[in-house]
Amino acid sequence: MRKQKIGLIFLEVLAIILLIVFFYPFYIIIINAAKSYNEIITDPLSLPENIFQIFSNAKEVMEKPNINYFSSFMYSVIITFVSLVAIGIFSAMAAWVLVRTKTRYSLIIFMIFLSGMVIPFQVVMLPLVRLLQTMKDITGIPFKGTVHGIILAYIGFGAPLSIFLFHGFIKSIPIDIEEAAIIDGCTKSQVFFKVILPILKPIFVTLLVLNGMWIWNDYLLPVLILGKGSSVQTLPLSVSMLAGNYFKDWSLILTSVLTAALPVVILFLFAQKHIIKGMTSGAIK
Amino acid sequence: MANEGNKLNQIGNNVLYFFISALIIIAFPVILTIQMVGKFIDKDLLVFKNKEGEGKVRKFIIDKWLGETYTAQNNRVFVYFLFPALGSFLLFVALPFIQGLWFSLTDWNGLNTGRESFIGFENYRTIITDYAFMYSFFRTAIYSVLNILVINVVAFSMALLVTQKLKGKNIYRAGFFMPNLIGGLVLGYIWQFIFNKAFVEFGGALDPSILINGDTALIGLIVVVTWQYAGYIMMIYIAAIQNIPQDLVEASKIDGANMFQRLKTITLPLVAQAFTVALFLTLVTSFKQFDTVTSLTQGGPATQLPAWIGSIYSKDLLPVVQSTNLIALDIYSEAFDNYEMGIGQAKAIVFFIVLLTFSLIQVYYNKRREVEM
Repeated sequence: MRKQKIGLIFLEVLAIILLIVFFYPFYIIIINAAKSYNEIITDPLSLPENIFQIFSNAKEVMEKPNINYFSSFMYSVIITFVSLVAIGIFSAMAAWVLVRTKTRYSLIIFMIFLSGMVIPFQVVMLPLVRLLQTMKDITGIPFKGTVHGIILAYIGFGAPLSIFLFHGFIKSIPIDIEEAAIIDGCTKSQVFFKVILPILKPIFVTLLVLNGMWIWNDYLLPVLILGKGSSVQTLPLSVSMLAGNYFKDWSLILTSVLTAALPVVILFLFAQKHIIKGMTSGAIK
Repeated sequence: MANEGNKLNQIGNNVLYFFISALIIIAFPVILTIQMVGKFIDKDLLVFKNKEGEGKVRKFIIDKWLGETYTAQNNRVFVYFLFPALGSFLLFVALPFIQGLWFSLTDWNGLNTGRESFIGFENYRTIITDYAFMYSFFRTAIYSVLNILVINVVAFSMALLVTQKLKGKNIYRAGFFMPNLIGGLVLGYIWQFIFNKAFVEFGGALDPSILINGDTALIGLIVVVTWQYAGYIMMIYIAAIQNIPQDLVEASKIDGANMFQRLKTITLPLVAQAFTVALFLTLVTSFKQFDTVTSLTQGGPATQLPAWIGSIYSKDLLPVVQSTNLIALDIYSEAFDNYEMGIGQAKAIVFFIVLLTFSLIQVYYNKRREVEM
């Protein structure tokens, strides 16, 4: 018993050391974001002289004219939010009709979606960029550098995984519920929106987390569809713009990095349980 | 030859135009038509004639209540509900994928967009005879193998650690998971600063920065990705370890098994399914690594081509190559820096086939090792 206790204390210490190692990079970023340029050059490991420097650094980042930090933050929020809602609802709708319609077509369409899961983005990116241009030539609607263009692309790329998860879940919902709703006078689409959609909440949360992390942090799709320096920017794009333009000005880069990471970290602290559960259950299925 | 290719290509373009116009301009009228026609197609007449069975009678009554036949409504909802997801998927994923197969066989170079001609498997021949691509492939392979090993060993050890009866285990879990929240691009900048500015202060092997040497830069990249990804993989292992029935563990304790015996005979076989998932995820993310490496090293530093690759391509003078130019990065720079879209697309397809093959092999072998409970 005693031996076991010593072992546990040893493991506890080991875990704490590991935690410190994991947090050390965060610590370095935070202390250096609160320093001036010269301070970082002379000693990056010391504590900052004036902790409030971080606010003036942040202000400087916000005010850089060619970065438009605030607007890119807002665009990131809008793009992530709209894409998440759209992916969630559209995939749930598609998955539901695919499960409940037992024909050859629904199986084939489901298989097409599944095959989309194994296609890496690199394979479709070059034709996609060209396709967006072609679509503009044909319809006159610009898709490159616009919010709706990138949201539509996210729906396309997010659909396979989401449909797969919804499909598995909807199969486990008994059809009796839907039949009861129809007897009670629901139309087919009312059955979905009033009966099925509320039941899908757990998968919805999982997908919000999985897709949300991906879209918020994504760099490659925005750089291709929006392009660096266009009027519509997301946060990763403007961080990379800033790092490119103010090369080696670490006090600015680190502050911008911190502001880009902060919203997600804050969200994590509040919804930790959902996020961890969402990410792992998404992976295991 | 070129003329013929152009003709072929024009046909290809016309088909493409037709497809897109159909999707965007004709789609809505089509849906409306289906809706209208749906009201007239009354397939339920068949059911009406043959009304044995409770379900069919019930269906008939429901149809009459709603004023529209059940089947017609079903068909309409099927199209409506499927359209947004399927449409954007076909337009943004499936169509570019199929187009990509064609573009990899053309001399598309960004300047001749729309006028490119069919050149057969020329691009594939170019990339096979390209020592830089070979090198980039080789580096990606090394990186992936090391990365998969390190991440899984670290993640599994951490999972074992935080499933013990520790006081702060929830804090540890959340803490180890935290780096995963930060995007790859941002992470690269963070670690570029840490390697280049902070760690050099410690001196020793860390000074000068490990990012200026090709091999240590690859190790640096593995450190960064492990820091980011191990917490996530750990969560997958934790879920699996917690699913192990406690009576098995207790029975083995009574039988006098020590910790290592328990690990070997109970834990490892029972989390085999989690291993399949974790190995698959790490394989795919390592292979597709793009964001972090763009911001951490930009593909550099430059180094000399290894002699053995040089000898395959019979280069006496070893040329300079980029040491962390992983495939995903190579595809991007081929297309957007060199404007060789056709070659870039061919590389992407080779990349896709290799990735698909390796992940299928991996899943196949691991599936065989799993234990059915």
